[in-house]
Amino acid sequence: MARSSARILIIGAGPAGLRAAEMLAEAGCSPTLIDEAPRIGGQIYRQPPRVPGFTRTAAELYGAAAERARDLFVTFDRIRNRIDYRPSSLVYDLIDNRVIVASEGKSEEVPFDALILATGAMDRIVPAPGWTLPGVYTVGAAQIALKHQGATIGKRVAFVGIGPLMFLAAHQYAKAGVAPVAVVVPSRFRSFAAAGLRLLQMPREFSLGLHWLLDLKRRGVPILFGHRLAQVLGEETVTGITVRRRGAERAIVCDAVAIGYGLQSETQLADLTGIRFAFDPARRQWLPESDPLGRATGRKDVYLAGDGAGMLGADAAEARGRLAAHALMTDLDISHVTYRPKADLETIARATQLQASLRAAFDLPADFFAAVSDETILCRCEQVPAGELRAIAGLMGAREMNRAKSYSRIGMGRCQGRMCGHAAAEILADKLGVSLDSVGRLRGQPPIKPVSVGTVAERKA
Amino acid sequence: MSARMSLKSDVLVIGGGIAGCATALQLARRGWKVTLLERDQAGVRASGVNFGGVRQNGRDLRELPIAMRARAMWDELPSLIGFDGEFRATGNLRLVSDEDRAVQLDNFFTAATKQGLGLVWLERAELRARYPWLSGKPLRGVLCPNDGHANPRLVGPAFAFAAQESGATIIEHAEITEGWYANATFQLRALDNRTFAAPVLVNCAGAWAGKIAGWFDEPVTLVPEIPQVQVTEPLPYRIEPVLGFVGGDFYLRQTLRGNILFGSGQGRATADALRSQPLPESMKRGAQIAIDFIPDLAHVPIIRTWTGVDGDTSDGVCVVGPSETHPGLFHAFGFNGHGFLLGPAVGAVVTELILDGGTSTDISGLAIDRFRPRRKASAAPARAQHPDEETEASAEENGAQSTDHCPVGVDQHKQAADSQDAAERDQDR
Amino acid sequence: MSEARLQRVKDQDRRLIEIIVDGWAMSAMEGDTVLVAILAQRQLLRDAPGEPVGAGFCLMGACQDCWVWQEDGRRIRACSTYAEPGMRIRTTWPDHLLAS
Repeated sequence: MARSSARILIIGAGPAGLRAAEMLAEAGCSPTLIDEAPRIGGQIYRQPPRVPGFTRTAAELYGAAAERARDLFVTFDRIRNRIDYRPSSLVYDLIDNRVIVASEGKSEEVPFDALILATGAMDRIVPAPGWTLPGVYTVGAAQIALKHQGATIGKRVAFVGIGPLMFLAAHQYAKAGVAPVAVVVPSRFRSFAAAGLRLLQMPREFSLGLHWLLDLKRRGVPILFGHRLAQVLGEETVTGITVRRRGAERAIVCDAVAIGYGLQSETQLADLTGIRFAFDPARRQWLPESDPLGRATGRKDVYLAGDGAGMLGADAAEARGRLAAHALMTDLDISHVTYRPKADLETIARATQLQASLRAAFDLPADFFAAVSDETILCRCEQVPAGELRAIAGLMGAREMNRAKSYSRIGMGRCQGRMCGHAAAEILADKLGVSLDSVGRLRGQPPIKPVSVGTVAERKA
Repeated sequence: MSARMSLKSDVLVIGGGIAGCATALQLARRGWKVTLLERDQAGVRASGVNFGGVRQNGRDLRELPIAMRARAMWDELPSLIGFDGEFRATGNLRLVSDEDRAVQLDNFFTAATKQGLGLVWLERAELRARYPWLSGKPLRGVLCPNDGHANPRLVGPAFAFAAQESGATIIEHAEITEGWYANATFQLRALDNRTFAAPVLVNCAGAWAGKIAGWFDEPVTLVPEIPQVQVTEPLPYRIEPVLGFVGGDFYLRQTLRGNILFGSGQGRATADALRSQPLPESMKRGAQIAIDFIPDLAHVPIIRTWTGVDGDTSDGVCVVGPSETHPGLFHAFGFNGHGFLLGPAVGAVVTELILDGGTSTDISGLAIDRFRPRRKASAAPARAQHPDEETEASAEENGAQSTDHCPVGVDQHKQAADSQDAAERDQDR
Repeated sequence: MSEARLQRVKDQDRRLIEIIVDGWAMSAMEGDTVLVAILAQRQLLRDAPGEPVGAGFCLMGACQDCWVWQEDGRRIRACSTYAEPGMRIRTTWPDHLLAS
């Protein structure tokens, strides 16, 4: 078999998927690159629509990462005609060696000999009373509104959560003239500062983070370490928040809230491939397992790249995209340019170290999930409060997430538990007094995102 | 028997689905010491994962008496399991879209009406008037207003919970790999070598029950059935009756929450039938038929799918009754994907068979002997304590052979599929 | 409830288009997602029976919180569908569905 004729499928056109596509294209392969978005870049390098009037430059859009973004876009333009790129296409089902893709109201089956999953990540959410009110968004949403549409989620925005992305988004809002009313961080300043010092070994990241922080300070944005979100206030829409520190509460007036407790991998498609998952105690998530080059455990034809295989950030995603393509071509005996994985493996090692430092910097209080009140809505799709999950915990086999879902409806709605699954697992494990890994994870089911009956029924000729 | 101590009970029940749990519940309530053995978790397979139709409409006439008894019990669910299981008598509407099938509908209407089942005959115009969301495709339908639907993911586990509350012992994760009969006692051994013994054994093992019957010299070939159901986002509640199509392998209902559930075709299972997964082809087929009959559904998003595993008999009718070979052995399995309604009545009937030596419900058409081609056994129900001509020795032999039994698998699937008249089968749940 | 939820702060020099939301003409900008088009003028994206009111949540197609209807019954996810001139959007369930 002429291996370069192998049907190679890449899902996701963010930094990982694009670098994989580049490497394959350079070797003479013609991979199919399927992406749900209309333009490449993923969430991190999300581009405004191709419409007159969107005039911001890469520097304005992506700040310190502008050069990387530009390089990705240029790379894509170079390989565009050598790959089968399918934007605005949703892979909603995967079985054996084929995926089902929805676009323009029709479904199409796409078979593959090898698959690279580069499905990315999204915000991790911890519910608080009122978090389902209109006007509460994820930190990612706050950033995308600005990057993609030139809009902010409100006039007076409070940022709540942890992680560098939140500080970056708050900083971007401030620069856009919408200075946040507060940045609320549940982590203690002491651990933040201590871990921050470890970051001195990474001057680029350190100075970037410091710059965001100082800029917010300079603009008078209160940064409240050691504060938890007690409640989002409002009847029909957000009117403010209350935050709590050591039992003392204070109210902050705002018209929008951005919440995000770091990022979590998007793993539904990986689940449908049947590859093995392993519990990552550091990230506190079940993740698809792979070797250092991205070869998935349990299937010879599946490769993992980017944040979908564990959050490591955009630079590491590019490295992992190349590594996965390299592993794939090595396995299929496709000759390709001399590529030494060393540099990319170093990038990953560095990103791994950075993530570890960030986790130490943004530690969550031990009782963070235990403190979610029973009345707090946990599953926003099905409007199930946390108390309902606690009430069935342990009953008739509900020591495991899928049972708990069956009894409580948690994770049974449109998003399939993307928003509540992690918090639900934490709350269930806490209630049962067991380790997080022992309650398992919600199984992915097709369609991994909603797709209309008509789209399922109609097949492309 | 074993070096380890056997757990002793009055009755052993294999299988923690509704049938097994309802049996354990009834026996426990009458003061019997019952141990129920479940290979996985109680109420999570076909009983907890099924379409949720509570349907007498369109039943094989042999199942109708027990179905009608069961239906009455659904009204009493709170006294059985402590809540109504979200059961609502919204009706079951069976439709035909071609004249050939119409004969089947007609025959059922006549025969079932005679047996006292309340049915309403609806011609196309009446269908359109009553159910404006329906397309013009259905020619006519039969409505059983007394039928309805319930929530299986709650009802299945609730029966297990109720049985436990009534004093039955439920042992989960006990996969029984061997069974034999000795000294008027049924002996079972689990995968982890635990043993269990009792003078009475009830086989409610669902897709695996045919194999267990085989240990006692009356094997029944069961074909695994893997119904696949698509679930839409919740919509305003508009589709009251549960829909089924005569012979057409399509069914649809709207839950109280508003989700529309529909299915056509099957998913697939691993060779041991333990895990199943949906197939894109079945999703597509279901979607096409759904739009064909309810055009507005084209716009509605599907948000998830699921599959379950059940066991089908070759004639599409379940087995409920005493063993023909062993005194004290009772079977209740082969529900062909429509055992959800029957569960409560199966528990009551099997309990009567065990404790009273007979039941007022006509189960003559459900006897296991119909799957025994060469031997015509008498259908006289045996009391539990009755000695039988089958001896210990032969039973032990069966026990010894049991490890060679292959699980319900693809080959058997094929054999049985060949032997059945697909056109006659009614897959509606 | 007529106040805008989202604030336009960048790239505002775009061609204006008109969409119809719940029967009312609403002006939007070319390149707006349906979500931004509506929430740049209103507080809510969805106010349908049996559903919590909503204004979207993740804006990246993950949370499924921003589905709205087109008048013919078609569903669209507002955060990942661009507003087109003349598009007829409903923020509530089109009552004619499953009724005729």
